[in-house]
Amino acid sequence: MAIPGARIVQEYPDRMRAMLRAVGETSITAGLILMLFCAYLLWGTGAYTQQQQLLLQSELAADRAARERLSAVRPGEALAVLRIPALGRDYEYAIVEGVGTAHLKRGPGHYPDSALPGQVGNFVLSGHRTTYAAPFNEIDELEREDEIVVETREARYTYRVTSQDIVRPDEVDVLAPVPGKPGIRPVRAFITLTTCHPEYSAAERLIVYGVLKESEPREE
Amino acid sequence: MYAWLWRKLPGTTRTRVLTALALVAAAVAVLWWVVFPLFEPVVTLDEVTVRK
Repeated sequence: MAIPGARIVQEYPDRMRAMLRAVGETSITAGLILMLFCAYLLWGTGAYTQQQQLLLQSELAADRAARERLSAVRPGEALAVLRIPALGRDYEYAIVEGVGTAHLKRGPGHYPDSALPGQVGNFVLSGHRTTYAAPFNEIDELEREDEIVVETREARYTYRVTSQDIVRPDEVDVLAPVPGKPGIRPVRAFITLTTCHPEYSAAERLIVYGVLKESEPREE
Repeated sequence: MYAWLWRKLPGTTRTRVLTALALVAAAVAVLWWVVFPLFEPVVTLDEVTVRK
């Protein structure tokens, strides 16, 4: 028994060779494009975020002059500045109001229904871990007592990290006024950071909890 | 495909190489600034919020 197709190969060797080469070249091209797409996700998307961060920062500077009230900030506008000294001296992001896809592309976003910075309750932020400049890429490295600084137009709030957790994507209890304890009335000001976990996956969420350590008004 | 393209390129080897590089650069630019931004929302490898 001859191998099926062997006759064709024998009769049209040139045509077969051309076809195989076409398949091979297409595969290699597809592979290269996929690799380039991965590079785009990891690094290309960050360029957009950096450009948007500049816009948000200048928005903050302008608002500060106008002394606009924090509660009047609408989705898509700049809310405050986030600093985490443990992640680097120059770790600084403008926080955008809202956690929609478009918002989070611009920087770490604040859940509109959660508390405002320094307020009693839970101040919740989400940020990208691997794409769009990946502001929350290293928050898994935060340890107890590390500081998370949030600077608004009026004051500087310093939170200290208390713990970390990994939860399912639908575990909305972490957003509660007292994180993890829905229905309980808060008496302290908490901060909660959420991002994806593990890296490059949407399977779970990494959560970092903190509590307000001190707040000081900003001088003019 | 690539061999066919190479044969179609005019000029000396030097100009061919330069044209080929320019073509590759153009393809990369179109992918990077036009095609990838369109496809990026489809890939959800960086879902960061907690919601029901």
